[in-house]
Amino acid sequence: MAIIAQILFLLAFISAVTLFYKNFKKILRNIQLGKSISRNDNKKLRWLMVLKVAFGQSKLAAKPIAALMHFFIYAGFIIINIEVLEIIIDGLLGTHRIFLFLGGFYNFLIGSFEFLALLVLFAVFVFLARRLVLKLKRFSGAEMTAWPKKDATIILLTEVVLMFAFLIMNASDHQLQKLGQAHYPIAGWFPVSQYLQVVLPTSAQALVFLERFCWWLHIMGIFAFLNYLPYSKHLHIILAFPTTWYARLNNLATLDNMATVTNEVKAMLDTSLVPPTASENATFGANDVHALHQIQLLNAYTCTECGRCTEVCPANITGKLLSPRKIMMDTRDRLVEVGQNIDRNGNDYVDGKSLLGNYISYEEIWACTSCNACVQACPINIDPLSIIIDLRRYAVMEQSQAPNSLNNMFANIENNGAPWKYAAADRLNWANNLSN
Amino acid sequence: MSNFNLKVPTMASMMANGETPEILFWVGCAGSYDERAQRVTQAFAKILNHVGIKYAVLGTDESCTGDPAKRAGNEFLFQMQAMQAIETLNGYKVTKIVTACPHCFNTIKNEYPQLGGNYQVIHHTQLIADLVADGKLKTKDNKVFKGKRITYHDPCYLGRGNNVYEAPRFALEALDADLVELKRCKQNGLCCGAGGAQMFKEPEKGTKDINIERMEDVKESNASIVAVGCPFCMTMLSDGVKNIDNLSHTAVLDIAELTALSNNL
Repeated sequence: MAIIAQILFLLAFISAVTLFYKNFKKILRNIQLGKSISRNDNKKLRWLMVLKVAFGQSKLAAKPIAALMHFFIYAGFIIINIEVLEIIIDGLLGTHRIFLFLGGFYNFLIGSFEFLALLVLFAVFVFLARRLVLKLKRFSGAEMTAWPKKDATIILLTEVVLMFAFLIMNASDHQLQKLGQAHYPIAGWFPVSQYLQVVLPTSAQALVFLERFCWWLHIMGIFAFLNYLPYSKHLHIILAFPTTWYARLNNLATLDNMATVTNEVKAMLDTSLVPPTASENATFGANDVHALHQIQLLNAYTCTECGRCTEVCPANITGKLLSPRKIMMDTRDRLVEVGQNIDRNGNDYVDGKSLLGNYISYEEIWACTSCNACVQACPINIDPLSIIIDLRRYAVMEQSQAPNSLNNMFANIENNGAPWKYAAADRLNWANNLSN
Repeated sequence: MSNFNLKVPTMASMMANGETPEILFWVGCAGSYDERAQRVTQAFAKILNHVGIKYAVLGTDESCTGDPAKRAGNEFLFQMQAMQAIETLNGYKVTKIVTACPHCFNTIKNEYPQLGGNYQVIHHTQLIADLVADGKLKTKDNKVFKGKRITYHDPCYLGRGNNVYEAPRFALEALDADLVELKRCKQNGLCCGAGGAQMFKEPEKGTKDINIERMEDVKESNASIVAVGCPFCMTMLSDGVKNIDNLSHTAVLDIAELTALSNNL
């Protein structure tokens, strides 16, 4: 009988890991559909950013209550994984609480997991209340349709189930230990779950069933959750680390100069020059995910839709269509769609759709003030502005789709070196009749 | 106030005389042409003249840095402007630049180096702060702003974009006024609505204009003067004043103007 459980566990474990590997590989493939970009300079500072922003969650502190609750869940997630390691070994070997040999330290571990589980439950209830009862404005908006809201609720409810399974498992185990049941040696410290014993059944048989049921529920829940990640915003628990590593390190207002344009402009200014790469059908800017770079696509998969960007966006605050969160969510949705097209219809399939137009409208990209408030607000240094700028570049340089007033501004700069229609000869007029 | 004519030296005239200025004052398009911004340019020129810094302007050799074109997606036009400007600046062997426009400041400082333009670039509020610290500008013995409630609006391209938060505040402290922060300030500062080439187009459909949203912050602060450090913010906030009830007594002034006033310039 025990061997059947072990085989079942092994199968479940292998399936969970294989399926996750397969889906995660697909995400990496989708990210690699973007243009390659090299951003591995200044490794020391990049490690520091990963430590500070991803591990240390420094930017979450802008909202202290959310930061504290998030820290409870994050610490719970990381530390309770030690328990998951024990569960996996037990499951594979058919043992029970294999880390028991740690003695007093084991008791300390189990006890601290229980406290953490309690903190996680508390934080999850606060988070659920903010979304479902208090209905914080940050969690609504045009892009927060049924699925993103459901996704958030699923994540939180799964955590409730996992934590209760863990605590009830411990409570039953503890009760069985007190009953002197075989296979349940005295071990652990149960500062939280001891209070759940009042609701437990009294018979040893029922307790064993409950303990086993919760043990399986806990670990199967974790396997299921792992495989939910690729479809969910919760993917940020993995991708937040590479995202902060690859974030820009220069001043926020710095915008990269396009090298392809530099070559052509040099050739224009000096006719003796021939641009090095005559033309490889380069497009300027981006209208779809292929033309964005891989870090932008990684950003899209990492976004956890918290809405801190949109909350501070001056355009969004004043009722415009633009929402930086929507830019990230649209980019991810479009990338998923392009990936599915490849899976179903091969690499060369063209669906006639594009990110700019079908997902993100011109009205949205033209509403941006490039103020960088969204970039500053993102707890994991996602850069929605860079996508907006690339879409604008495509609209202007490939489609000549700028608003008329901007075309006039371009013409003025070309003709008289100023965005307004003033004569270059009048530039120093401000200095006339200046007295001191 | 003495009344002799103040001559603004150009790079061309200095070069002709075999002179090299300590610093180039990059005036910018708004500072050159916009009537309101011209007054800021004049105030800053008076400050430079007053403290005796050897400076020069490009005058008719100056052209748009290309910032609005770049932010609007026209990288070609930006790089055309940038390369021509770099040629001019390098031709005059410019090493140090001061400007009263955070957009020019950001572009020349951060985006020109890659194209061959390497200069030490500072914002005019940084220079003013240095002059105050060095005792070259009068600090607290003038009481023009004593008891006045002054607030400061961070320009995105200076503050969040380039982490310059303290210099403008230090320059304001020298006024001996009653300083108050806006509820959204420094890293959390709210844009005036003009960045990213918005200055040159009508806003998209919405429920409110961004400059109105920002001036409501100013109203809430009960300040009688809002100090700015950017010609675009100047335009946007001045428009906002006109469109909000009971705010007509609020003055929008550049830090250069406030400094000039407190130094009787």
